[in-house]
Amino acid sequence: MSLALIGSSTPVPAAGPRTGGVRVLLENVTVAFDGHPAIHHLTGELQPGALLAVVGPNGAGKSTLLRALAGRQRLASGRIGIEPRRRGTVAYLPQQAQIDRSFPIGVRDLVSSGLWGRIGAFGGLGRRERVEVERALGAVGLEGFEARGIGTLSGGQLQRALFARLILQDAPLILLDEPFAAIDQRTVRDLMELIGRWHGEGRTVVAVLHDLEQVRSHFPETLLLAREPIAWGATREVLASENLLRARAMTEAFDDAAGLCALGATA
Amino acid sequence: MTLHDLLIGPFAEFSFMRRALAGIVALSAGASPIGVLLMLRRMSLTGDAMAHAILPGAAAGFLVAGLDLLPMAAGGLVAGLVVALLSGLVSRATPLKEDASLASFYLISLALGVTLVSIGGSNVDLMHVLFGSVLAMDDQALVLIAGVATVSLVALAVIYRPLVIECVDPGFLATVSRLGPVVHLTFLGLVVLNLVAGYQALGTLLSVGLMMLPAAAARFWARSLGRLMLVAFAAAVISGFCGLLVSYHLGLPSGPAIVLVAGVGYGVSLALGPVDGVLTGLVRRRHRAA
Repeated sequence: MSLALIGSSTPVPAAGPRTGGVRVLLENVTVAFDGHPAIHHLTGELQPGALLAVVGPNGAGKSTLLRALAGRQRLASGRIGIEPRRRGTVAYLPQQAQIDRSFPIGVRDLVSSGLWGRIGAFGGLGRRERVEVERALGAVGLEGFEARGIGTLSGGQLQRALFARLILQDAPLILLDEPFAAIDQRTVRDLMELIGRWHGEGRTVVAVLHDLEQVRSHFPETLLLAREPIAWGATREVLASENLLRARAMTEAFDDAAGLCALGATA
Repeated sequence: MTLHDLLIGPFAEFSFMRRALAGIVALSAGASPIGVLLMLRRMSLTGDAMAHAILPGAAAGFLVAGLDLLPMAAGGLVAGLVVALLSGLVSRATPLKEDASLASFYLISLALGVTLVSIGGSNVDLMHVLFGSVLAMDDQALVLIAGVATVSLVALAVIYRPLVIECVDPGFLATVSRLGPVVHLTFLGLVVLNLVAGYQALGTLLSVGLMMLPAAAARFWARSLGRLMLVAFAAAVISGFCGLLVSYHLGLPSGPAIVLVAGVGYGVSLALGPVDGVLTGLVRRRHRAA
């Protein structure tokens, strides 16, 4: 029985559950580049409906962790369990979305692609879907931009459009990699509100962030990562100054003289 | 010489000219939207690489069956698909980027093709394979071109959505669907198919010209994907029409003539096109209040 549907009598739509978060289990996860760990022996659990901020210095493995959660990064050891996992469970917004902004596609079409899980490669957009697209554009404050080409959008407007696409993806697990980099305050406020709404709907949300004030005021749970997990738990405790100091002590460069990790052999 | 003699006479008088025009129109229908997508995917040179890659197949077909359309087309198709598949596989299995692996394989393929042609044929045959000839547009060639155009348009319609999303945001497509690699390879297959269809009239190396030049010209006339494809098609047909006339009146080979006319069209578009044209950009337009 899928965790998200306990107590629910509605039939499961093919594309994934409409609401309810997923449980994420990380067991001794290590990701290595060229033999050097980028994430080292990370173990933890995300309850359905968790709102987790991932913070840490540059090169701490935050983006790598999100890629791993999205299933787009091979693990050197360990296991990531996402329950229930089916197509459309995970919506992932990468750090610099590899969007080709010179491609002649309109905002409406880009945002509509969020419905892929439901309409696939061939399905049509019915009246209901069109209304949903309009509503998603409205929710991110992009009314009137429907017909604009994506090449004409500012950075913040494009990020709003990508959030509208996330709304339509309707995924129970949402991964956001530095969603507010180079975005103005008003857009941050609007998008943060949207994240709060997703949290309220019981979705599991993981966001990589740098603004600790923002994390303190909006995220109940935080993972402080500096390649090694420094702390994972309630935000107030994780962001205590001694933890932050330990995270800052991480050296960014890989140690070419480092021996093999003793724990690695058990994986 | 009247205008009629100049523009219509050759087509009214000679059936090979009418056949050539019909072939070019059909070829344009399939090749120009593919050219637009190649351009937008920053793969404009891929068409050229593929045109080189089909040479050994066409040459092998020629060695086996002589100057016969179907064996040469089939050989070219096989060679092109093999190169597309191999470079796709290598770029996925190793850190080598697709353009590097494609370059390696098409160069091997080209060297093989030139060797085959020089072993088995005279220079005249080589010229035919390289430049094509409108005289060769027999029923078989027309059916082949029309068939390829039909297959291309249907296939493009089928893969249109994943192909467009893969162009815009490949990472996103990879998270919602496994179609990405399938669509990419299908698209490369269509490129090869259209180059093979074009070589009879234009030659292996120049058939890519009718694919890319109208697409590049269209960029200066239209913004949306649909309009880019329509403009590219129109430009290809006009280039074909004018190129055939140039070829007829001046006694030039048809392939280079058509591609040169397309090149002139590109130059004019580059200078005067309403969308980002070089000279158009010099005119300062008054801006709106908001």
